Amino acid sequence: MPQRDSLAGTFLVATVLCVVCSLAVSAAAVALRPLQDQNKVLDRQKNILDAAGLAMGEFGKPASQLSLDQIEELYGWISEKLVTLETGQYNADLDAEKYDPREAAKKDDLSIEIVDPAFDIGEKRREKVSRIYFVKKPGSDDIQQVVLPVYGKGLWSTLYGYLALKSDLQTIQGLTFYEHAETPGLGGEVDNPRWKSQWVGQKLFDGDGNPAAMVAKGTAPADSDYAVDGLSGATITSRGVTNLLRYWAGPDGYGPFLGRLRTEIASATSAESTSASESTES
Amino acid sequence: MAKSKVGEVLFAPIFENNPIALQILGICSALAVTTSINVSLVMSVAVIAVVAFSSAAVSAIRHHIPSSIRIIVQMTVIASAVIVVDQVLKAFAYETSKQLSVFVGLIITNCIVMGRAEGFAMKNGVWMSFLDGIGNGLGYGMVLLFVAFFRELFGSGSLFGFELMPLDRNGGWYNPNNLMLLPPSAFFIIGILIWLIRLNKPEQIEEA
Repeated sequence: MPQRDSLAGTFLVATVLCVVCSLAVSAAAVALRPLQDQNKVLDRQKNILDAAGLAMGEFGKPASQLSLDQIEELYGWISEKLVTLETGQYNADLDAEKYDPREAAKKDDLSIEIVDPAFDIGEKRREKVSRIYFVKKPGSDDIQQVVLPVYGKGLWSTLYGYLALKSDLQTIQGLTFYEHAETPGLGGEVDNPRWKSQWVGQKLFDGDGNPAAMVAKGTAPADSDYAVDGLSGATITSRGVTNLLRYWAGPDGYGPFLGRLRTEIASATSAESTSASESTES
Repeated sequence: MAKSKVGEVLFAPIFENNPIALQILGICSALAVTTSINVSLVMSVAVIAVVAFSSAAVSAIRHHIPSSIRIIVQMTVIASAVIVVDQVLKAFAYETSKQLSVFVGLIITNCIVMGRAEGFAMKNGVWMSFLDGIGNGLGYGMVLLFVAFFRELFGSGSLFGFELMPLDRNGGWYNPNNLMLLPPSAFFIIGILIWLIRLNKPEQIEEA
């Protein structure tokens, strides 16, 4: 064995230490990866259920307090689809299982630059293809709700959340944020169930079809269909929420998709009434 | 002799030689993670685990560490321990790890860990270093919980997430003190804590 303070000894200790430490770190990372991935998926599912109000509606408590079985049962109501934002068409080219919109937003070929948007979400690029969620009652093909992922900058951080719309694609069913690093108690109150409950029943678009939902500064006017109370002490977070809602609802976001889906739902309901009359004849 | 030393190593850092209150180490994270008791608790446990195991590991190899690279060797050991703790939290306490976010990773730069590795573990045995790590982690955690108690109570009207004073924005009567939710309030509370400790132990007062 070489001397402790000799050159050879120094190199030997450094090498052995690095190998041992990297083994320990990679062993922990690999061994715990399945559990961590499971946590992430579960967390996403819970947030979608909360945004859609399903956990509250069916079991009367937030999704974080549901058992695994209950979450699995409720999540069975939800189907996922990839949508190309620009055209509003479903995307079948990408692997829906593996596709990760947040990764895609970082890659040049899978994202587009956001240039001079009407509502600034504070990001330079966004993904071309997004994953959206339909809520359908078991055994029924009618779309009850559409859940759209939304994100945008607040004060310190990007807020990631889900916006759930009722089948008229106009009334908001819920808005939740599942990841942010805003100041707890101030901007962090975007998590507050009481604040979030104000969104239920608000309208996303005004009479001309422009995105109009917003967080008011101070208390929202009582007769407003579009505004909820501002978060006190969190002007910039509030403004960020307004911007991200309007950006994603607008023509740069889900606008084309919502437009297409609206005609699809309308024709489906009229087709259903004709097919119903046909089936009684046969 | 040996027995009294175990107690001394383990408990002295809690009041007599508290890493935050006397040595004024690790202030940064004490400001960041003390808005709620639950988060502080997990952070304390994480720091205790990191200090204890990294001190033990450094002590175990202390006779082989070349003095020219000893700091970087300690850093490597500490960083590895922190990453492992971070991975474990992500696997078993996902919600809390989301709240702690980057601060678990920042345990690496917590001066307490490094200070104990360099100041104690390099000169003492494995078991003693392990206990010293636990003791210092406890001292750190004690301050964290003390600060978090006041910040959560007056900032959010709750303790351990249970609402004690209903907030006016939720229809209650308590108008929360928003300063308590911002980092500067931790400075005031730590300052008051240091004052209280030194009031009882005047020997800790530095000469001006």
